[in-house]
Amino acid sequence: MTTATHAAAPTVGDQGPDHLLAIAERVAGWASPGEEIEVYVARGDETDIRAYAGEVESLTSATSAGIGVRVVADHRLGFAWAGSLDESVLGETLAEARDNATFATPDEHVQLAVPDGVAAVDIELWDEQLASVPTTRKVELALALEAQARRADPRIRQVDHADYGDGSVEMALVSTTGIRSSSRKTSGYISVGVIAGDGDASQTAGGFSVGRGFDGLDPDKATDDAVTRAVRLLGATKGPSGRQTVVFDRRVATMVLSVVSTALSGEAVAKGRSFFAGRIGELVGDPVLTLVDDPTDPRAYGAAAYDAEGLACRRNVLIDGGVLRGFLYDTVSASRSGVASTGSAVRGGFSGTPAPGCRALTLAPGLEGFDENGVLAAVGEGLFVQSMTGVHSGVNPISGDFSVGAEGLMIRDGRLAEPVREITVASTLQRMLQSLAVVGADVEWLPGIAAGQTLAVDDMQISGI
Amino acid sequence: MIETPVVERVLSAALQHGGDFAEVFAEDRSTSSAMLDDGRVEELSSGRERGAGIRVVSGETTGFAHTADLTEDGLLRAAEAASAVARSGAGGTRTVGVGSLTERDGAFDSDAPGPRDAGSKGDTLSLLRRADEAARSSGDSISQVQAACGSSRRQVLIANSDGLLVGDQQARTRFTVSCVATGDTGMQTGYESAARTLGFEMFDEVSVEELAEMAAKRALSKLAARPAPSGELPVVLAGGSGGILFHEACGHGLEADHILKDASVYTGMVGQQVASPLVTLVDDGTISSEWGTFGVDDEGRPAQRNVLIDQGVLTDYLWDYLRSRKEGRVSSGNGRRQTYQHLPMVRMTNTFLLPGEEDADEIVAQTPRGVYVAKLGGGQVNTTTGDFVFGTTEAYLIEGGKLTEPLRDANLIGNGPEILKRIDAVATDFAMTPGTCGKDGQSVPVGCGQATMRLTGVTIGGTAE
Repeated sequence: MTTATHAAAPTVGDQGPDHLLAIAERVAGWASPGEEIEVYVARGDETDIRAYAGEVESLTSATSAGIGVRVVADHRLGFAWAGSLDESVLGETLAEARDNATFATPDEHVQLAVPDGVAAVDIELWDEQLASVPTTRKVELALALEAQARRADPRIRQVDHADYGDGSVEMALVSTTGIRSSSRKTSGYISVGVIAGDGDASQTAGGFSVGRGFDGLDPDKATDDAVTRAVRLLGATKGPSGRQTVVFDRRVATMVLSVVSTALSGEAVAKGRSFFAGRIGELVGDPVLTLVDDPTDPRAYGAAAYDAEGLACRRNVLIDGGVLRGFLYDTVSASRSGVASTGSAVRGGFSGTPAPGCRALTLAPGLEGFDENGVLAAVGEGLFVQSMTGVHSGVNPISGDFSVGAEGLMIRDGRLAEPVREITVASTLQRMLQSLAVVGADVEWLPGIAAGQTLAVDDMQISGI
Repeated sequence: MIETPVVERVLSAALQHGGDFAEVFAEDRSTSSAMLDDGRVEELSSGRERGAGIRVVSGETTGFAHTADLTEDGLLRAAEAASAVARSGAGGTRTVGVGSLTERDGAFDSDAPGPRDAGSKGDTLSLLRRADEAARSSGDSISQVQAACGSSRRQVLIANSDGLLVGDQQARTRFTVSCVATGDTGMQTGYESAARTLGFEMFDEVSVEELAEMAAKRALSKLAARPAPSGELPVVLAGGSGGILFHEACGHGLEADHILKDASVYTGMVGQQVASPLVTLVDDGTISSEWGTFGVDDEGRPAQRNVLIDQGVLTDYLWDYLRSRKEGRVSSGNGRRQTYQHLPMVRMTNTFLLPGEEDADEIVAQTPRGVYVAKLGGGQVNTTTGDFVFGTTEAYLIEGGKLTEPLRDANLIGNGPEILKRIDAVATDFAMTPGTCGKDGQSVPVGCGQATMRLTGVTIGGTAE
């Protein structure tokens, strides 16, 4: 292998969306007659700091950049990517995508997005201040978080990790079919994991705070959350088996919604991989269930002006009063289904290709007063799940089978009671939607693709002793 | 990839502000993947990524920076960023020299076509079509098939201030088949994969038809499945069903990073009986062509075989450079990272239980009632509490010493140290399974293995009362 010689990469700061747009436009300009090209270009900076035992355990600073090219010729799609924006790499990536296209099966639905006239919302996701925060302040925050967690409660015997992280990403998308979009986004987070001990027993929990930048990250919230959760699990025993109403903590509920969203993908539906297929207009859940994906809400962690094919993101109602109303589509899955794209393409950076997916899923909030305590009071008796494991191994969005490991606290007389661990909670996603008893009004925008809201689901099977 | 004098200058620059250790990890990786879905070859994708990660260790602190720019200027900039953690002022000038380059022979035919060659792409298509056809011929109820083939070539160069300079080449190929079967009871899924540290010569020993038929059989058998039981029952795990039990129940808990933070139930237990005497657990990165195999780990240390538990007695943990240095010992060859953009940490390679002496069929025959797990999916563990889950993807009820009805997917939950003591039978029919292990945001290929074995009691998280 030889290393291509090339000019030194430009230093951080002299690039921006305009520079990326120029690169994308140039590559798209190399299209041959009879082919369509889409060029996605992105670059990002990140800082990650981990504190441990009063010192910086690690400090990572990094810049990355890359390109992803899709070529459609004769209804065949080819894709290639490279983790570099060097001049020599651009042409090589296009050539590779072109070559890959010759191997695909021709498919009339394979096409690139075409502007659809929907205007993108003006949404500010860039924190100007972040770039000027010196690394020393970030280090101080991580160290302070660790120290705070260590002294928060005498039962905290270890702080497993205390992290600070931030990132900024700029991207541009240009196609020969008329797409031209660019966007940029910053993010910041702190996260702390603690171990509480009482005799031989240990329990763990984490807490975090996220934002668009450095300011506003809240170490008190992160610490309180982690410590409260770990300490209240001390003394947990394996809980009893039986049928119970289960209340999902907001952080757990967002995981449940994320799994449900897989079945709302127009691609999964078109390919017969969704239990929602063929059920538009039918009652698929309790009437309390109204589910919307709205990336135009700037409060959402996954907020975005443009989708991953350069179309405007928009509000899509998926389930309304328990009735299934729609699915999420990108251009190809929409064509396959005979509908228009819902502007819902997502992709995993420059090395991924677009597919339909949620960005900002939320349930219409329940009655006022249904915060966590309100929901617990309404439920009376049951199990409160504060953390869930094995979602990837025990929840199948095609069959709907749902079986997860859980820890949490029993609910007695409408309040949290004794802690339990090493139990499973099981049902099917289909039944859970029908058995949705209470939706919290306590919407919290958590990292990920779905908001957190306390949820109560009736009649779930608990396996324990 | 980088000339030796450049490596030496970059290492010297990395220690310009002080520090105890500096390392350059350079990587050039080509990937290619193809997917057949819904009867069509939908996408061929190629990727290329190269760059270097530079690490500086100063006391308890690690500084890390990575760059896609492999010129001397680019590397020096990254070295400067990584060295920022060591601004003790006590550094002074230190000149680093490295030994002559040790090139490991890649464990594959390096003259064979790479993943991006036209011949390989053409071969891939025919493998995908054969798999699709074999799966669809397995039964009329097979309603959807997805087959994917991915391969990668990775060349690494690792140098550090202790004088190490080593190069290695790694080739990996993976083939997966996922099926959906549709019947009166809804949809069910089946999955099978093969993965080796080989190039396309893997297909000399792997039949894609067999993989496809196995995936189809799993989906079809579950159409008639009843809900899995809820509660504790004896469980027989088939040979090669996924040694993931050991990976989760104790492997992660034996990683020295968790141990040194007192965040593992196995801390301080070397020399103690932690498992049934039937358990001898080995982690071995040297097994020819297994998925978790490599020549040198991502810190330049040769792969080795490590006995972790010997007849139930804990003998050692898994170590990387940083953690072994703290303990004044040598690494066990378990320092791994996902790419040059990641810091190495302690990871498993191929982790397996040595076979026993019993007959697999006899173990089932001597189980009056229980669950037989033919295939496991993923799992997850909390190393601090030892609680873990693992999911079944093919399981049957055992009644009167015979397999009777198929069961729907469910998670099983247990506690590592408790489960290891409940192993009362191990057979001779050993087999390995490939998997992907995620830890702290990084994924690496691993192998898991075990023969048919019985656990006297595990909690099964089904919905049947």
